[in-house]
Amino acid sequence: MKPLPEPESLRRSGSFGLPDLAVILGVLALLGVVAHVGAGSMVSFRPPDVSPTVSLDPRNLPDYAARSTLRMFIALAASLLFTLIYGWLAAHNRRAERVLVPLLDILQSVPVLGFLSITVTGFIALFPGSLLGLEAASIFAIFTSQVWNMTFSFYQSLRTVPKELGEATTLYRLSRWQRFTRLELPSAAIPLLWNAMMSFGGGWFFVAASEAISVLNRDYTLPGIGSYVAAAIAAQDLRALGWAMATMAVVILLVDQIFWRPLVAWSDRFRMELSASGDAPESWLYDLLTTAHIPRLVAEASTPVLEGVDRLMSALLGPVQDREEAPAPPGQERLFNLALLVLIGALLAALLHFVLTQVGLAEVATVFRLGLLTLARVSLLLVLASLIWTPIGVAIGFNPRLARLLQPLVQFLASFPANFIFPFATLFFIRSHIPIGWGSILLMALGAQWYILFNAIAGAQTIPSDLREMADDVGLKGLQRWRKLIIPGIFSAWVTGGVTASGGAWNASIVSEVVSWGSTTLAASGLGAYIAEATGRGDWPRIALGIGMMSLFVVGFNRLFWRRLYDLAESKYHL
Amino acid sequence: MDLITVDHVSKRFPLPDGKGEFTVLGDVTLSVHRGEVLALLGRSGSGKSTLLRIMSGLIRPSQGEVRSNGIPMRGANPNLAMVFQSFALLPWLTVQENVELGLAARHVPLAERRERALKAIDIVGLDGFENAYPKELSGGMKQRVGFARAFVLNPEVLFMDEPFSALDVLTAENLRGEIDDLWNAGTFPSKSILIVTHNIEEAVYLADRVVILGSKPGRIRGELQVNLPRPHDRNHPRFKALVDYIYSVMTNPDIAVTGEVEGPESGAAAAGAGPERSAQRSSGSPFARPLPHVRVGGISGLLELVAEKRDGDGSIPQLAQRLQLEVDDLLPLLDAAVLLGFAEVADGDVRLTAIGRDFATTTILRSKDLFRQQALGRVPVLSSIVHTLQEKENRAMRSDFFLGIWDDYFPLQEAERQLATTVDWGRYAELFEYDAIEGRLYLPS
Repeated sequence: MKPLPEPESLRRSGSFGLPDLAVILGVLALLGVVAHVGAGSMVSFRPPDVSPTVSLDPRNLPDYAARSTLRMFIALAASLLFTLIYGWLAAHNRRAERVLVPLLDILQSVPVLGFLSITVTGFIALFPGSLLGLEAASIFAIFTSQVWNMTFSFYQSLRTVPKELGEATTLYRLSRWQRFTRLELPSAAIPLLWNAMMSFGGGWFFVAASEAISVLNRDYTLPGIGSYVAAAIAAQDLRALGWAMATMAVVILLVDQIFWRPLVAWSDRFRMELSASGDAPESWLYDLLTTAHIPRLVAEASTPVLEGVDRLMSALLGPVQDREEAPAPPGQERLFNLALLVLIGALLAALLHFVLTQVGLAEVATVFRLGLLTLARVSLLLVLASLIWTPIGVAIGFNPRLARLLQPLVQFLASFPANFIFPFATLFFIRSHIPIGWGSILLMALGAQWYILFNAIAGAQTIPSDLREMADDVGLKGLQRWRKLIIPGIFSAWVTGGVTASGGAWNASIVSEVVSWGSTTLAASGLGAYIAEATGRGDWPRIALGIGMMSLFVVGFNRLFWRRLYDLAESKYHL
Repeated sequence: MDLITVDHVSKRFPLPDGKGEFTVLGDVTLSVHRGEVLALLGRSGSGKSTLLRIMSGLIRPSQGEVRSNGIPMRGANPNLAMVFQSFALLPWLTVQENVELGLAARHVPLAERRERALKAIDIVGLDGFENAYPKELSGGMKQRVGFARAFVLNPEVLFMDEPFSALDVLTAENLRGEIDDLWNAGTFPSKSILIVTHNIEEAVYLADRVVILGSKPGRIRGELQVNLPRPHDRNHPRFKALVDYIYSVMTNPDIAVTGEVEGPESGAAAAGAGPERSAQRSSGSPFARPLPHVRVGGISGLLELVAEKRDGDGSIPQLAQRLQLEVDDLLPLLDAAVLLGFAEVADGDVRLTAIGRDFATTTILRSKDLFRQQALGRVPVLSSIVHTLQEKENRAMRSDFFLGIWDDYFPLQEAERQLATTVDWGRYAELFEYDAIEGRLYLPS
């Protein structure tokens, strides 16, 4: 309970203060930046004659970084909109659910850069004469890297809304819109926010990869920090690369402080527990916003508007209907199932036809072999990264002070786009004559390893200290301590980290198996290189085949390997 | 005209894989009269919550009809408001916003909404907490918000779904008393109250009329009129006689509820129930007969307590009070003790048998032997499983096999609970062992 007098009333009585000034200036500055950067997308672009170029002058970096960041946020907004609609439909319509959820599972396994390869020509054709096509392709790639996670999280939250809360909203006759805004969205807010934050961090990798891309034997460049790095690589300019990395680090920190932190602090109110929790997340910006008057005034002024929206949307969407309420007649259900089967059969037939006529079975076998090679790389990476990082992660996790210090750092490293470091590694491979077949493992690991470290830390923290004391007490040491206590204790966290890392590695393989420095290009033999080369040539059937094969590998790997480990973690090693 | 009429309602859920249906409620007919407090009393599995949800329009009955003021209902009934066991408050809304929820849904103008909500908050004694969030409140205060949210709508009937059972004993007592005072004062915001509970004292204290539900399938066994001046005096002989009577009826599922309670103000209207019959009971398979969900440790704990008393028997209401156990926790323990032949229950008293006394007082090893002997002799499902395992060459069997058999008689969730309870008993009796990872039952070597 709060001490008297209520801080609320004190704030209200105070006059316009410094916080308000800060809020006004901040909002104006933000609007200015967005307007300036947004205008840049209208640069003239008429392939093959006019194409935008990137200058390596570091003074242009803030502008480039701002453009890349704007892309990220547009993609985030699109992801959110998609998530809300798709997740809501899947959770509320039983038929839609049966199509949408498996579809989501498949889409999730398609490599993100694969979406880019497939769609970029279409987008360019859609907006002739401006950068908007490339812009859209890049944003779409980022969108696909963020959206599936968020949608799954939202759908799952909707399905697990506490039953009595759902009943209360039905009984108190809330409309669908009111139920959505007052119950469903708030109860999904925290997991959705965390998923968005994680996906956003991963998105930098794809913004960097999608801004400079070769399609149909042409190099396309979209001004941004990613294309700046690409240009620096072409010019073999190490200094420019250093500037780019520093800028990226600043941008990640700024976005975290200005956007995610305040959101996380604000969203703490949507916690489901009905009792107060110990430490709430903090943010200086959120504190500033809650101290200032303007946000409150804006909120008060908009109450009647919100009331009107509430009424309008309630009228549009109608009253709540229970899932149980209209059971479909069995005949109709059978017809629906039949239609689904026919559709799936037709898709399979089309696929088979496509493979046989366009590429031939021999090519399929070759691609499968390449897939095995890449699979071997991904597996080796996971083993090595686990062997190296798990002991370090556990050591950090067992030391609370160290963990608190290092956890944000690891999170930062995980969201730092690994492809910014690629050129340094490439240079190293060239100088010391390391074949890229092995080197690409290191490149994939640059991004993926952090998930394993991060989860090892988190897993070690969840081992109760009584258990550790008990282990000391009975004299468990060395290997025994690992086998009896630590490995079972961190197992589920390790599985989570492994799944994420393997997904990241598959994605990274497309840009890791072919790398260049200046005019030197190193190409490994693998599925990632196959896709990258097919994209460069604009060979559509082979792009499709490569991506299809990779999705198949990812799905198979998940089903046969991770799913089982996950079940084991759930049943046996649940702390 | 009755406010709510339930006309020959039954509710069945389909069993998985098209194995028929599971009957939760069978042919229930009931009315809520104007101006009365009606209590639905039953043990878990009696379908009392399902009945409440059918009456509120949250669930559709499989058969029969629910009428509100004589009009057949479709969807949630606008004339009632519900108070939930778990409070069902939205944690991100303030007390005021939570109370306004139903008004906002009816698009009551903002100013009127504020005013009415404040009045309701005032009634439940939460003045000054309008801007607090639920997480800042204690359990009792949270439920007060639940009441205010219902009151603000001035519903015809107030539904309460075990409203006090999530609160500690003292808080529950206090809030129950206040709600009763409000009703007795004649200023209650609704015309009638329907309360679902498994607490016998609570039912007799609050209600004018108590309807007793039976289990498997849920059905009405009978009803009794309390016929005491309000507020009901707990020390009144009739109050005690009613509580004792209900206890003995609820511990003995086979006697008819006549409503004939000896007491000074006898002559209560009796609405007897028909002959007790349940399809599931008469079914032949040992798997069709459900075990009460209790741990063996709980059974022996209860028996030890009864054995400590000199004469070895105890009045069940006293026992419940002493253990601070609700009927839902106590009665399954008694059921298990009776099933195993450790105790007998008659007229609201529990008496240990010779074996039961031995079981309660002997060493662990011997009590295990006794338990095994009784379990094999009196719990057919255990002997059936042992028999199946003995017939197998490797003396082991996947638990899914047995789960499949239970699945024929119960919904999946209940089938899983039956498996868990059976495994617990079988392990204690050392009849078989269970590997949870592989999901395998096997005979000890």
